[in-house]
Amino acid sequence: MMASIHRLKTLLVKELLSYLRDPRTRLILIGPPLIQLLVFSFAVTLEVRNVDIAVLDRDTGRQGVELVEHLDAAAFTSTVRVVQSGEELEALIDERKVLLGVSVPEDFSRKIVNGDTVSLQLLLDGRRANAAQVSSSYVASVASAYSQQIGTQTQRTGILVRHWFNPNLLYAWFIVPSLSGVLALLMAMLVTALSIARERELGTFEQLLVSPFSATEIIIGKSLPAVLIGAVLGTVMVLAGVLIFRVPFTGNPVLLAITLPLFILSGVGIGLSVSAISTTQQQAILGAFAIIVPVVLTSGFATPVENMPQWLQWVSVVNPLRWYLVIVQGLFLKSLPAAEVFRNLLPLMCIAVVSLSVAAVIVRRKLE
Amino acid sequence: MSSELLGRAAACEAAMAVDIRGVVKRFKGVTAIEHLDAGIWPGQLTGLVGPDGAGKTTLMRIMAALMRPDTGTVSVMGHNVLDATALVHRCIGYMPQRFGLYEDLSVAENLDLYAKLKGIAADKRVDVFDRLYEFTRLQPFASRPAGQLSGGMKQKLGLACALMGSPDVLLLDEPSVGVDPVSRQELWRMVQALASEGMAVVWATAYLDEAERCESVMLLDKGSLLFNGEPQGLTSRLQGRSYRLSHIQGDRRALLSKALGLADVRDGVIQGASVRLVRAADMDVSSMQLLADQSGGQLELVAPRFEDAFIDLLGGGPDGRSAIAERMEDVATQRDVMVECSHLSKRFGDFYATRDVSFSVKTGEVFGLLGPNGAGKSTTFRMLCGLLRPTEGCATVAGFDLVRSTGQAKSQLGYMAQKFSLYGLLSVRQNLDFFSGAYGLRGAHRRQRIEEMIETFQLGDVLNVSPEALPLGYRQRLALACSLMHRPSVLFLDEPTSGVDPVTRREFWMHISGLVQKGVTVMVTTHFMEEAEYCDRIALVQQGQLVRLDTPDALKAMVASDELPEPTMEQAFIRLVEAHRDGVDA
Repeated sequence: MMASIHRLKTLLVKELLSYLRDPRTRLILIGPPLIQLLVFSFAVTLEVRNVDIAVLDRDTGRQGVELVEHLDAAAFTSTVRVVQSGEELEALIDERKVLLGVSVPEDFSRKIVNGDTVSLQLLLDGRRANAAQVSSSYVASVASAYSQQIGTQTQRTGILVRHWFNPNLLYAWFIVPSLSGVLALLMAMLVTALSIARERELGTFEQLLVSPFSATEIIIGKSLPAVLIGAVLGTVMVLAGVLIFRVPFTGNPVLLAITLPLFILSGVGIGLSVSAISTTQQQAILGAFAIIVPVVLTSGFATPVENMPQWLQWVSVVNPLRWYLVIVQGLFLKSLPAAEVFRNLLPLMCIAVVSLSVAAVIVRRKLE
Repeated sequence: MSSELLGRAAACEAAMAVDIRGVVKRFKGVTAIEHLDAGIWPGQLTGLVGPDGAGKTTLMRIMAALMRPDTGTVSVMGHNVLDATALVHRCIGYMPQRFGLYEDLSVAENLDLYAKLKGIAADKRVDVFDRLYEFTRLQPFASRPAGQLSGGMKQKLGLACALMGSPDVLLLDEPSVGVDPVSRQELWRMVQALASEGMAVVWATAYLDEAERCESVMLLDKGSLLFNGEPQGLTSRLQGRSYRLSHIQGDRRALLSKALGLADVRDGVIQGASVRLVRAADMDVSSMQLLADQSGGQLELVAPRFEDAFIDLLGGGPDGRSAIAERMEDVATQRDVMVECSHLSKRFGDFYATRDVSFSVKTGEVFGLLGPNGAGKSTTFRMLCGLLRPTEGCATVAGFDLVRSTGQAKSQLGYMAQKFSLYGLLSVRQNLDFFSGAYGLRGAHRRQRIEEMIETFQLGDVLNVSPEALPLGYRQRLALACSLMHRPSVLFLDEPTSGVDPVTRREFWMHISGLVQKGVTVMVTTHFMEEAEYCDRIALVQQGQLVRLDTPDALKAMVASDELPEPTMEQAFIRLVEAHRDGVDA
C-alpha cells in the first residue's frame, strides 16, 4: 500500500511536470481559455443593437410623428428611415437595407384621440428571423411605453415585466458562469485525451507498462493532474466572472468548490476512455472534439434543455455539463440552496463513476 | 529491372551525377559539413557512412536541394542546387529516414499519389506501376494499408515511390534500419540492379557490412570527409592487423574487456564464442599472444573488415571498462533459470502470432530472439516482459508468473527499447527521478542511486536539458541508466542499437557485457546480426514458432558448406530462414 502511494506520487509529479515544465505548454493551458472567456463574454450576445428600420407613416398626425420619434430615440435603433410608399418599404427590406418596417395606419391619430384601440403593422425580414423577432419585441415595447405615456387619456395599462435574478437582463450574467464550465471541461478533456495517446506515439507508454504500475495507478495518475488543471482553470474563470464582469455570486462558494472537481472528473473519465482507444494523438483530438460538441449543444448552454425533443432530453441526462450548468448558474445568481446543489451533484457523481470505470476497463484491456 | 522504366542509358558515363564543391553548412554555430569536395558517379552505388551526427543526412538534404549550403556549390546532373531547384528535384529520387508514406492509404493509393506528385501522365501510370510492382513484388499487397506492412515491405514501397519519375540520382537515407536481413538483402539487390542500369545511388548507412559492398564509400566524421574511394582501399590498410581469438577457456566477455585494456589492442568485439581483435598499428602481437595463451585460446590472423578500418580511422574502440557494471553488486540469486516460458501462444483472431514456444534462459546468459519481420519475435518478446498477455501457456521472470504476480515480475526486469523511451518534456534529472520512483526507490537510497547514475554516465552537465536535445550516445546512456536504477536481474533490450553507429554500439555492449559478468540476464531482440553475435544463445522464430535454438557458432556451422566455409551471422540467418520457409512450403 505504501509502495503504491509512493509510486503514485512519482507518477503525479511526472504528469504535472510534463504539463507545467515547458513555458509554452503552460501558456497554452491557461492563455487560450481565458482569452476565449473574455472574447465570448463580450462578443457573444443575444441582444440586438444597431438596427436599421423603416417607417411608413400614412397618418402624419401628431401621434404618428411622436411614435417615430420614440423609435428613433430607442437604444436598439441605428437609423430610422421614413418612407413614402409601401413599395419603397418592401424594396428596403428586400435589399436588406432595413431589418423591419413599421407601417402606421391612416387613422392612427384619430383613433388615439377617440380612445379606440389602434394597431401597427410590422414587416419583418424572415431571412434574419432571430434578430427580427427580437427587434419586433423591442418595437412592441417602445409602442407600449408610448401608449403608457398617453395612457392618461386612454386609460390603458400595459404589462410591466420584471426579470428576477437578472433584472437588467445582462447577458454576461448568464454566459460567464456557463462558459467557465464549458471551457474548463474542454481543456480537461483535451489534456486527458492526449495524455495516453501521446505516450503511445512516443513509445513511453510501453516503458510505463513494463514498470510495476498497475492499471488503476496509471488511471489515477493520469486523472488527478487533469482534474487539478481543470479545477484551477474553472476557478480562475469564476473569479474573472466575479471580479471583471461583476457577476454577483450569491451562493455558497464551498458548494462550488465541491462541485467543480467532481464535474471535471466526470469529463476526465470520458477523455481518458478516448485516449485509451486512440493510437495516435490525431485520433485522440478528433475523438475529443466529436464528443465535446454534442456535450455543449445538449447541455442547455445555447438552447434550454426543455426545448429539446424528448429523446434528446434523455440523452442530455448523461451529459455532465448539463448538471454543472444548473448548479453554477444557480450558485451565481439565485443562491441555490445546498439541497438543490446535491440533488444535481448526484447525477454528476454517477457519470464520473461510470466514465472512470469504463476508462479503467479499456486501459486494463490494453494492458493485457 | 528494365531500362525503359528508368529510361537512362549509361550514355554520360564520364559526367559526374553529383558534383559537390567546397560545401560548408553550419547550424547555430555548429558545423554540420566542413568544406566538402566529392563526386558521385552514375552507375555506381556510393555508400555514405559515419557515426551519428557526422553530417550524412545534412549532405543528403543539400544534394536533394532541400537545404542550401552556406558556401560552396552542388550540381546534380549539371543543375545547380542553388538556382535550379525545380530541375534538381526532377532528376532526384529521395527516400528520407522516415519516408512519407501515408499509413492510412493502401500500397496502390500511395503509388498513385506519388505518381501524381511527380506529374506522371495518367495513361503512362499503369505501365509504370506494373513495372514497379514487378520490381518490388508488392503486387499481392496492393490493397493493404501501408501502415500494416512489415518494416521490409514499407521500405520497398518507399523505394518504389522514390523511383517514380525515373530519377537519375537516388538518395537513400538509412533504408535498412529496422529491416530484417532477408528483406535487407532483397532491398540491396534491387538497388544494385538500379545502379547497374546507370543510376547514381547514394546509400547512407550505419551498417558497415553494407558499406563494404558498395563500389565507393564516403566516410564522414564531424562534417569532414575522412575517406572517399573504394572500400577495399580503406580495408586493405588494416591488412595483417585483424585477429580472431577462438577456443577460449572461460569467459570471453571478461577476456575482451581485458584485451581492450591493453595499449596495443585498438578494437575488439565478440563474435559468437570468439573474440575479434584489431592490433594497434605500431605495436607487435606479443601481449595479445600472451593473453591468448593465458586463456588457452587460439590466436589467428584473419582478413580485415571495413568496420575494423572504420573504427581505426575514428580513433579506436572503447577501453573495455564499464563504470556502471563496476559499481553494481552481483545479482543475488540462487536460481539457475531466470526467464522461462512454456507452451506460450498468442492468437489474434484466427492468426497465431506466436505458437507453442517454450524455452528457458539461464541466469547470466545473453539470449537473443531473432526472426524475420512479422515472424512473431516481437510478440514473444512482449509476452516475456509483460506487455502482452499470452492466450495460452505461461511465462516467468525470476520465478514470478507475469500474469499472476505481475508486479513482482515487473520489478525484477529492466526494459530498454530502440526508441529510448524517455520523457522529452521532462529534463534528464526529472527522468531519473521518475524512473527511480516508478520502481519504488525512496529517500536517501533513491538519491544515492540517482547520484551514482549521474556520476557513472557523466550526465552532470546535462541535468537540466531535455533528453531530446542530447546526442544519440547520451540518450542511450540515459535510457540505460533509467532501466538499471532498480538493479533488475533481467534486462530486456528491444533492438537496442538499431541504426546506431559502430562507435556508440561498442560502448553500449561494453556496459552490457559488464552487467552480464555481474550475473544480469539479458534478453535481446534485434534485426542486426552484429548484435546477435554478442548472444550466448539465439532463438530463431519464424511463422510464430521456435525453429532453432542454439549458439551463434552452431547456427553458423549449420549452414557452412564448401563454397561458404565461414558464413557470417547474417548469411546464416538468411539461409536458415529460407531453408525453413522452403521446408514448410514443400
